[in-house]
Amino acid sequence: MIGRRLIGCAAALWLGLVGCGASGPPASEPPGSGSGSASAGADAPSGTLTVFAAASLTDVFTGLGSQFEAEYPDVTVVFSYAASSTLAQQITQGAPADVFASASPTTMQPVMAAGLNAAAPVVFAQNTLQIAVPAGNPGDVTGLADFTDPDLTIALCAEQVPCGDAAVTVFSAAGLTPQPDTLEQDVRAALTKVSLGEVDAALVYRTDVLGSGDAVEGIDFPEAGEAVNDYPMTVLSASPNPDAAAAWVEFVRSPTGEAALADAGFALP
Amino acid sequence: MARRHKAQVDGATGVPAALLIPAALAVVFLVLPLIALLVRAPWSTLGSLLSTPEVRDALRLSIVSASLATLISLVLGVPLAWVLARSQIRGRGVLRALVTVPLVLPPVVGGVALLLAFGRTGVLGAPLYDATGVSFPFTTTAVVLAQTFVAMPFLVISVEGALRAADRRYEDAAATLGAGRAMTFRRVTLPLVAPGVAAGAVLCWARALGEFGATITFAGNFPGTTRTMTLQVYLALETDPDAAIALSLVLLAVSILTLGLLRDRWLVRQ
Repeated sequence: MIGRRLIGCAAALWLGLVGCGASGPPASEPPGSGSGSASAGADAPSGTLTVFAAASLTDVFTGLGSQFEAEYPDVTVVFSYAASSTLAQQITQGAPADVFASASPTTMQPVMAAGLNAAAPVVFAQNTLQIAVPAGNPGDVTGLADFTDPDLTIALCAEQVPCGDAAVTVFSAAGLTPQPDTLEQDVRAALTKVSLGEVDAALVYRTDVLGSGDAVEGIDFPEAGEAVNDYPMTVLSASPNPDAAAAWVEFVRSPTGEAALADAGFALP
Repeated sequence: MARRHKAQVDGATGVPAALLIPAALAVVFLVLPLIALLVRAPWSTLGSLLSTPEVRDALRLSIVSASLATLISLVLGVPLAWVLARSQIRGRGVLRALVTVPLVLPPVVGGVALLLAFGRTGVLGAPLYDATGVSFPFTTTAVVLAQTFVAMPFLVISVEGALRAADRRYEDAAATLGAGRAMTFRRVTLPLVAPGVAAGAVLCWARALGEFGATITFAGNFPGTTRTMTLQVYLALETDPDAAIALSLVLLAVSILTLGLLRDRWLVRQ
């Protein structure tokens, strides 16, 4: 039985499908799924689903989580949001996650290098940068060129995190050398400095500006298209609940998921 | 005292077994992570990991800012400790509670509070910025402020304890011999509590050196200006864990060195 299941998994992997159980051949045994009840239907996922997701997905994934639980009442979704690089590190250190959704292919890389992804990651959303300024735009920022003004207080993300990586790309595309005053640890920290009015401008994701209400205004700039950030997602090979994990990935890519992502300001690949 | 209860204690060490086991567990728990750091350290590449200009900048910034924070804490904190220990002003208990809040406050919260007070739009920072154009966040001054905020209470508590423990008869004698209050404080009280002040200063310096949360929140993170060693460690952890371990090792070495040096001079108390 187990042998057949493994073959099914291997076949699914070979075909590039995400996860095993849910997409396995119907003849195979339903794989044991965490603490789920044995009385669940053959294909209905159950138990606890642990999703590690980039901080920028916090709002949209939390909303989708409730919808997912409504659709699969036997599943409880638990989220862990943090900087993608931090999550990748936790996963390679053996954190018991089912799904990893990161904010950049770079931060997915360590997980893939360690062979911890159950299938090739799928890009489910895209994000672009936007200039964020405090309400009223006290620094009169109009475009990327203002980031070179040493008189303005500027926050960028550190190069080690995806938003900083993207910032480097847009500045080199624009041929500009920014004069930042601080290199923030993650995009939310940069945004906080804007909403508190401590900096005149920051480069953050469009979705972050949209999610932060009236305290922050967003300004588009043409070079943003140079750094489109892909959000890859994968079921992890050590997933304790591959059934639910596969269902989650499918759910995020369903019309419901895509609508929620689009509402939050993400572009769809 | 222990000898009187000889029957209950372990003959060789004088420590009851009921205490020895948890005490040993505590030692293992406290020391094991440090040993792990040493075991996992990338010894072969240590030199190259630590010789980058970024690391040198961060180390210099950390040492300079922690020392400045300690200096400010001494200048302001010793008098405050005296007020708490010796003065008769009303509401001393409340005052003590207030000034020690940063001890128990999560440092990130401290950073937010500092932003709200000294930030460009802060309670004190906004009028200052409007009047002079001076703004603290994202400057080395902010690093020192953040470190002073979290570290000064350590010094105050330590010095206050020393003042309370000091024999007041020496001060009384000085007074009867005609010394004024200021002179008594300078010539009698301060030398009496010097070990307490030194211990407080060391604690304060070590706490300032290790400051992370308030710094990254209030001062931001920029190489050379505000990126201290702890911030450098955190950032290195994102991409290069080996570099982070190497940097941690430096901080560990600096802490142990300081404790060792000061222990011989001041901290040994009979």
